[in-house]
Formats: sequence, structure tokens, C-alpha cells
Amino acid sequence: MSKNGQAPKEKPKFAMYWAAACGGCEIAVLNIGEKILDVDANFDVVFWPVAMDAKYKDVEAMPDKSILLTLFNGGIRNEENEHMAKLLRQKSQILVAFGSCANEGCIPGLANLSSMQEVFNAAYESVSTENPQHIRPQFSYQVPEGMLTIPLFYPVLRTLDQVVDVDYFMPGCPPESHQIAAVIDLVIAVLHGEAELPPKGAVIGVGDSTVCEECQRARNIKKITKLVRIHEVAEVDPDLCLLEQGILCNGPATRSGCGARCPSVGAACIGCYGPAVGVVDYGARLMTAVASVIDSTEPDEIEAILDGIPDPAGTFYRFNLAHSLLHAARPAMEEVIG
Amino acid sequence: MNDQAEPKERIGVYVCHCGSNIAATVDVADVAVWAKERLGDEGVVITHDYKFMCSSLGQELIERDIKEEGLTRVVVAACSPHLHEKTFRTACARAGLNPYLCELVSIREQVSWVHSDRQAATEKAKAVVAGGVERVIHNEPLEPLHIPIHPATLVVGGGIAGIQAALELADSGHQVYLVEREPSIGGHMAQFDKTFPTMDCAACILTPKMVDAGGHPHIDLFTWSEVVRVDGFVGNFTVTIRQKPRYIDTDLCTGCGICWEKCPKRVIDDVYEAGLGYRKAVYTPFAQAVPKYPVIDPENCTYFINGKCRACEKFCPTDAIKFDQEEEFITVQVGNIILATGFDLFDARRVPQYGYGRLANVFTSLEFERLCNAAGPTNGQIVMRDGVTKPELVAVIHCVGSRDRNYNNYCSVICCMSSLKFAHLVKERTGARVYNFYIDMRTAFKDYDEFYQRVLEEGTIFVRGRVAEVTDAARLPSEDGKLIVQVEDTLAGRQRRIPVDMVILSAGLEPRHDAKAVAHQFGISCSANGWFIERHPKLDPVATMTEGIFIAGTVQGPKDIPASVSQGAAAAARVLGRINKGEIELEPVRATIDARHCSGCRICNGLCPFNAIIFHEDAMVSEINHALCQGCGTCVAACPAGAISGSSFSNEQIMSQIEGLLLFDRPVRSRHFSAV
Ligand SMILES: Cc1cc2nc3c(=O)[nH]c(=O)nc-3n(C[C@H](O)[C@H](O)[C@H](O)COP(=O)(O)OP(=O)(O)OC[C@H]3O[C@@H](n4cnc5c(N)ncnc54)[C@H](O)[C@@H]3O)c2cc1C
Ligand code: SF4
Ligand code: SF4
Ligand code: SF4
Ligand code: SF4
Repeated sequence: MSKNGQAPKEKPKFAMYWAAACGGCEIAVLNIGEKILDVDANFDVVFWPVAMDAKYKDVEAMPDKSILLTLFNGGIRNEENEHMAKLLRQKSQILVAFGSCANEGCIPGLANLSSMQEVFNAAYESVSTENPQHIRPQFSYQVPEGMLTIPLFYPVLRTLDQVVDVDYFMPGCPPESHQIAAVIDLVIAVLHGEAELPPKGAVIGVGDSTVCEECQRARNIKKITKLVRIHEVAEVDPDLCLLEQGILCNGPATRSGCGARCPSVGAACIGCYGPAVGVVDYGARLMTAVASVIDSTEPDEIEAILDGIPDPAGTFYRFNLAHSLLHAARPAMEEVIG
Repeated sequence: MNDQAEPKERIGVYVCHCGSNIAATVDVADVAVWAKERLGDEGVVITHDYKFMCSSLGQELIERDIKEEGLTRVVVAACSPHLHEKTFRTACARAGLNPYLCELVSIREQVSWVHSDRQAATEKAKAVVAGGVERVIHNEPLEPLHIPIHPATLVVGGGIAGIQAALELADSGHQVYLVEREPSIGGHMAQFDKTFPTMDCAACILTPKMVDAGGHPHIDLFTWSEVVRVDGFVGNFTVTIRQKPRYIDTDLCTGCGICWEKCPKRVIDDVYEAGLGYRKAVYTPFAQAVPKYPVIDPENCTYFINGKCRACEKFCPTDAIKFDQEEEFITVQVGNIILATGFDLFDARRVPQYGYGRLANVFTSLEFERLCNAAGPTNGQIVMRDGVTKPELVAVIHCVGSRDRNYNNYCSVICCMSSLKFAHLVKERTGARVYNFYIDMRTAFKDYDEFYQRVLEEGTIFVRGRVAEVTDAARLPSEDGKLIVQVEDTLAGRQRRIPVDMVILSAGLEPRHDAKAVAHQFGISCSANGWFIERHPKLDPVATMTEGIFIAGTVQGPKDIPASVSQGAAAAARVLGRINKGEIELEPVRATIDARHCSGCRICNGLCPFNAIIFHEDAMVSEINHALCQGCGTCVAACPAGAISGSSFSNEQIMSQIEGLLLFDRPVRSRHFSAV
């Protein structure tokens, strides 16, 4: 790794960028406490819009591969996101898809179930929106001074690796602070020649198994006879697996790493840490698993049990729709294919 | 498809013509040429099309290429893997290539036989070949599993099929546990008087076998018993048998019969006497029962009902009556299991227009068997329901409940012959005029048609047509007090009403009412009707898809005694072959759990149809017992952590095969994204 930092005096360069995302990932990085000082001590932060002033043209002017490490959070929703993804790929040695949006599309990716029109309707015409003039974004607009443009909005959201080559994947919505700190420690150790980088394409800041492994709840052979929402359960047993209590928990299918935070406080895992090792389609995996343990052979009864899942797409694909085999539903896909 | 420069495997692709089976619909030469050109980047170095790949010349072609061209993978595009996978894998093994590095893809069953458009079929064949090539790259060399075989065998069901199987095995010196639900072995055959076509006395030919089985040093007989639990796997099953209390000490009982003579409680015998006769609350079903010991039926015994009586106990000369006996559970170890649980008779009440249960003189076939049995309730007198009147006109109706979409679509095989048997017996014993109503006369097999001719010559009247109704509503004075059979005589082309005194319904054979539960208990499958499914309908009729479980007799489908006996013997021969070999080789297609990735969620724990998955409470991980696993894939699909993979069906293999199939000509996936 020392070959990356040719001139020993010069600190390696660090960048972080925020595409289609909520901003939580940025907060999570800041949330690592004094560790952030290690970042500053070891890196020259060249581009991080949320923390410092910087212009895209400054990045464009940098030599290719001059940034050692870029954390990229957010999905690719529009032309600007795509431009920055490609630009940062070109300028960085190590590009990390950081957080669920960049990895799997996350909540913004759920818009792939709807057409662009439906997305705009929801954003500009919903009951909670005051828009008496029915203003809609125009991607270009002629004004006396010339043509104004805003970045083109794409019909589907793509994940970072669907747009550019990605070196590492760090899931989580957002990634847990202790995992971020551990990854930063690792990179610094690599800089000092004390550790080696994981193989390209690795998922980092995670465990080897799924959330159940980190969950302390007792479990038995699974047999689901009902599925309910947590508020419908009179008294949640604090020590028994939630799934066995009929509360659909995504823990079995979700990559470990978070420390089973949700189930440990009595809330079902919702799957933000993404699929397990080698799993291509998270939602399909979880669905087959749940379907396998429905304790009935009567079609009507099975139907009734499954009716306990209020929002199947939002339950099984909440974080990963854009990266699933499905990728997008038909209305959105048709706008892509034309 | 694959961007790396050097393919890592050297693959040979062989496209079979299967005579004209494939070549008539698929341009096989084009597929071979295409595969060489288009799949070269994937590692395909040699392709051939050949008339019959399965011939020795075809196999030698593969063997030669492996040796001379250094092939590391082989794809044969031919028929279904069910047929020739083994052939080609063995050929590869002969040439020194691990057999599991050979894939057989079907371009016959899945392509040429189901398409007619030659060009489209050829394109599809290419896709199938591309899928096979992509998959075979990820195949791994595997070694077969060797499982030792416990030399004892469990036979469930002591009808003629089960008895035959048990005797064959025991006579060759191996231990057999024979489990029978009823108090005696014998099954349905024990209820008959005569057996077609030779009209031997059923008891005369059956009882020697029963006695043999009962006294055989290598047979442990468990009657009045049922299997309650089956654990383990081929070679080493642990079977738990529940022996119901007989309330008789069999060490003391001599079978003298005083107890049932003295027992005051008469019970209608629905099983052995088909409801026509009585037994006592303490009984053996029939005189030649094996074992000879009676059972007390607690549901009907006066003592069990109201605490008084104990007549049998009082009179028993050896003090063998034991009212405090309890059920016993016996555990045995066996290597193989033969299921011979037989059939149930179709319930003739389900055809209300034939009047069974409503019109007194309508009998079922089994009732008639008891009626003409010398040891039956009428001592062999063929009489009407009043017990005295001899019938003068008798109708025998074939196919009751069989060959009928409303009931069972299949032919019950034996009822034409048993109907002829009835006609013959009625004629012989009563001199009555007999009408047989049939749809088609099915008298295939040795000496059967000759028997039909004999019955024809005896003067039985055959009317071809399905009976519409049996009624006692007379329209003419000549019909008064008779049963009238309403039928369209299809040969005469007219409706007929034939008055008779007695009607015999040749009810069909049905799977046992509990067949599905029994199949489930032993991990095998039933057809939609409920007959147990054989491994191959023609080539492997007594094996099942579950290793170590065999089937024999009417459990597998309707058949006569000779066929049941043959299957009993055949199943025994299959088991003996294994016992003699001492071990079997199993396909190494097994699932494995990667403990690193298993979260111990326990989703998979209850899913394995073969109970192959164990959970380690201490380490909180699950594990698969490879001897039990049959590679069905259920758990592989269910594991949400993707921690289970099936050898030979890894995710990589399946995904690559799908990609091969889909992307063989056009990069579909990238199109979605590049259009934006
Ligand atoms: C009316 C009639 C007349 C026939 N006449 C002739 C004839 O003349 N000639 C001819 O060749 N064929 C005849 N057949 C056909 C013949 O009955 C069968 O081919 C033969 O009986 C089949 O034997 P099996 O051993 O398969 O079944 P079965 O005789 O049914 O024996 C099965 C045995 O398994 C036992 N069993 C069932 N379930 C369990 C369980 N779960 N656990 C333990 N034990 C169990 C049963 O109690 C029974 O003893 C006739 C059939 C009928 C209905
Ligand atoms: S509560 Fe959720 S995470 Fe915990 S064991 Fe059950 S399914 Fe797994
Ligand atoms: S005790 Fe029961 S079995 Fe014995 S004689 Fe009385 S009724 Fe019959
Ligand atoms: S389903 Fe998978 S993760 Fe869960 S216990 Fe079984 S092997 Fe382990
Ligand atoms: S693949 Fe899984 S479910 Fe199927 S037999 Fe093997 S262990 Fe059991």
C-alpha cells in the first residue's frame, strides 16, 4: 500500500459524496466521535460537500486516481448523481459503496415500483403538498437570459455498482458507527503497512452470518401459524424469537454486523444490512424462507396467514428492490425500455 | 458473456441425433458447429454430432476425446438425464474424468419432442447447450457416498405380497420383522374361497405360507401392531413398532378357543367377514389365523365396558387372559423396508343408484366371497340376505367405482376376473341363471381368457353396457319382488330391464384410506389417487424415490395375486442384493451447511422430508447428515442466509445455467441499464 502514497510527506486524499440518499450516512460518519480526528490526521480531505466547501470543477481538475479513498453514499437517481459517480470513480483508487442506498437502492429505490409520473404526483400533488399552481419540474426552461437546465430525472434508480465499478461494499442504513470506525482503523493500518486490504468486491464492516446470529432471543424449530404487526401482540415475550411470536422479523435473511440492534430492543429487524453472503436477491430469499415455515397445507389457511403481511413489497424489498433481480416494476421499466 | 481471456476448462460438447428423434426437429449439425464457434470463449474446444451418443461408439468418442484432447468437462445434449446421465458419466469415469464433471442436457424431451418448428427448435437447442456449458464450468468433482447396510429388513403388511417378501428374505437366512395391523396375517386373500383362474382353494394355498411365516426362525411377527416411528436412512433405519395389548399372554395361550366359545358378546365382523358375519369380543379372525392367539377387542368387551363378565378368564385353562396388559413399544434396527399394506375395497355405497346398503339383496364382492366360503357365515351356502333362500337369478355388475370419472378413472384390473369367478361359483353351487354386466372384458394374462370361455360355455349371459340402475320398483307383474337391473345393452342397441333375485357389485380396488399418512411416515410419495409411486413405472416398479424403501403388491396399484407375489419376491430380491453387497453407493448430490454463514435461525430445521437436519444447541448452528440427505433441495431454497448449498446444484451452477440459457445470444441484462 505504501506505493499508493509515493511522496511520504503528502497525506493520502479522502472524499465523501452524497447522491440520492437521506443524509443519514453522512451523520453516521460524523457520529464516530473522536475517531473523526484520526481521519483528519491521516487523510487530506479534498472533497466532502456536507463538511466543507468544494466545487465539482475542482474534482474534475484533479488527476485521475489521485484520491485514495472515496465513500459514496446514495443511489443514482438523476443525471447529476451519475456524473458524480463516474467522475469520482475516475479520480479514486478505492471507491466504496457506502450505506444501503449506494449498495441496494434503499428507500429511494422503492420508487422503482412506480412510474416517473407517479413519483412526481406523489412529490408535487399529494394531500400534504401545497402546490396550487401545479408546478412540476421542467428539465430545461427558456428564460430571457438563456436556457436553464436541471439534472435529468431517471425513470429508475440504480445502485452505484449498476453504474460504475465498485471496490468495496459497506451496507447499513446507515452503517453502524463501530463498523465505520473499524473500517477506518483498517484503512489506516493498511496505510502504515500493518494490514492488508480485503479482496476487491468484498463486503466490509459486516459479520459472516445473519442478524439471528447476533440476536440473543431463544429460538425453536420455526412454525408460523400467524403473522401480526407488533402492536397487535398483547405482550411481546422479551426472550423469544420475534418470528416465532408471529412478528415478521427480517433477521434470518439480513447480513450480520449491526449487533442485532432492533430485535434486542423488541423491534423486528427490517433488513437494512442487506443480503447474506452470496445471496443475489434478498427479498426472494426471505420470502422463500417465510413461506417454507408457514405451518399449514391448506391453501385458504396459508392465504389467511400471509394476509398478515400488510405490505409485502415494502417488507421483503424495503432496502433492496433496486438491486434485486426484479430491479423495478413494469411502469418504471417501460419508461426505461421505451 | 465472460470477459476473462483464457477459459479455464477444456469442454467437449456432443450433440445426439437420437436416430431421428432429435435430428428430425433440430438441426443437430448446426448446433454442434454453433457451439464450437460461439462457446469457444467459454472453453469449448471440441464438438461433435453423432447418430446415437449412447451407443458404445458414441461413448468411445467421448472417452477418446478426454484422453486425446485433454477434456476437463463434458456436455452431452441428448435425452433426459433420467435415462442416460449414468451412461455418459460412466463413460467419462472410464476415461479417467470424474463423472460429475459431465452434464447431460435434454434436447429431446425438452426440445425436439415438444416443438415442431425446426428453426425455433434448433435455436432453443443452442440455448440449452449454452446453459449446460455455463453450468458444467462450475461442476465439482464428487465422490459417491458408501453406506453400510444393516442385514435385517422390515416388512409392513402381512398380505400375500408382504408374506412372500418376508419368506424370501428369511429363507435366505436374513432377519425379518413383519408388522401386521390385524390380529392375523393373510390380508384379503384369506377372505376368499376360491381364486381365479384355476379355482384353487385360497386357504389351501395361503395357509402353508402363513404357517411358514409364523414359525420361521428368521421372522419376528408383530401382529395387532403398527409402525409409529421411522428414523434413520437407507442401511440403518430405526423403527418403533407399537404392539397393541392383546390382553392375552401368548406364552400361556394354546389357542384352544375356549375363550371365544364362552364369550357372551357377539360383534359384527366388519373386517374379515365384510359385515356379513359375527365374531366374539375375544376372537381370532378365522380358524387358520397366524398367530393362533386371539385378541380381546376392548371397545366391545363387556368387561372393558362395564367392569363385569370375565367369562373368558374364568374358563381359560391356562390362565392366559391378562386384562392388565399394556401396549408395548419395540424398537428394531433394519437396513431396508418393504411396504406391502395392500388395498381397500371401493365403498359401493358411493354409487347410490346400485342400491347397496338400501336394497337387501345387493351384495359387494367381498360379501360374496364370504358367502361362498365354506368357513364363512353361511358355511358356503350362496343364499339371499334372509339366510335361507337360494337365488334363481343373479346379476354380477363389473367396474363398480372403476373406469368412471365420478369415482376412480382407472381399471381395478382384477374385477373382470373375480366377476367371472362369481358367475362360475353361483352356477356351480345354485344352478341359478347368471347375468354379467360388463363394459369391456379384461381377461389378459395366463389362462384368464380360457377361464372366460369356460364361464361362457357354462351358460352365463353377458350383457355389454354400464348398468344405469338397480331398483325394486316393479313396472311389470314379472318384476314384482325382484331387483331390476336397468341397462343399455350396447350390443343389442336397446334398453333392457332384467329382473333378478340377487346383485353382486364387483367393487374396485382403492388405496388404503390411510395411504397418504403411511407414505408420509416412510418418506415416499403417493400418486394423486393414493397408490404409492414406484421409482420407474416400467424399469423399477418395486423401488421408490426414497433409498431403502421398497413397495410390493397392491399398494403400488391394482393387481392380482400372482402379480402381488411376484412383486413381493422382486422387492425381496432388491433388498437381498443390497444385503449381500454389504453397502450401497449413493449419489453424492447432498446439501451442506456452511457453519460460518449459518445464523442458527432454525428456519430449515423442520423442513427436511428425510429428517436430515440437526441443530447443535451449543454452537447454535445447524448441520446436515449426509447419509440421510437425499439432495431434494428443500432446505437449500429455504435458508435465508444462503448458508446451505447443494452439491451439483450450487447457486453458481444454477445461475450460470440460467444465464447461459438466457444470454446465449444477447446480453439482456446490460440492456436494461444502458438504455437510460
Ligand atoms: C373380491 C375380490 C376377489 C379377488 N379374487 C382374486 C382371485 O381370485 N385371484 C387373484 O389372483 N386375485 C384376486 N383378488 C386380488 C387380491 O385380493 C390381491 O391381489 C391381493 O390380495 C393383494 O395382496 P396384498 O398383499 O397386496 O394386499 P392385502 O391383501 O390388502 O394385504 C395387506 C395387508 O397389510 C395390512 N396393513 C394395511 N395397512 C397396514 C399398516 N399401516 N400397518 C400394518 N399392516 C397394514 C392389512 O391388514 C393386510 O393384512 C381379489 C380381490 C377382490 C377385492
Ligand atoms: S428475533 Fe429476528 S433476529 Fe432474532 S432470532 Fe428471531 S428472527 Fe432472528
Ligand atoms: S371378558 Fe370380554 S372377552 Fe372375555 S368373555 Fe367377557 S366379553 Fe368376552
Ligand atoms: S436456515 Fe440457514 S441460517 Fe437458518 S439454521 Fe438453517 S442453515 Fe442456519
Ligand atoms: S436437501 Fe435439505 S431438505 Fe433436502 S434432503 Fe437434504 S437436508 Fe433434507
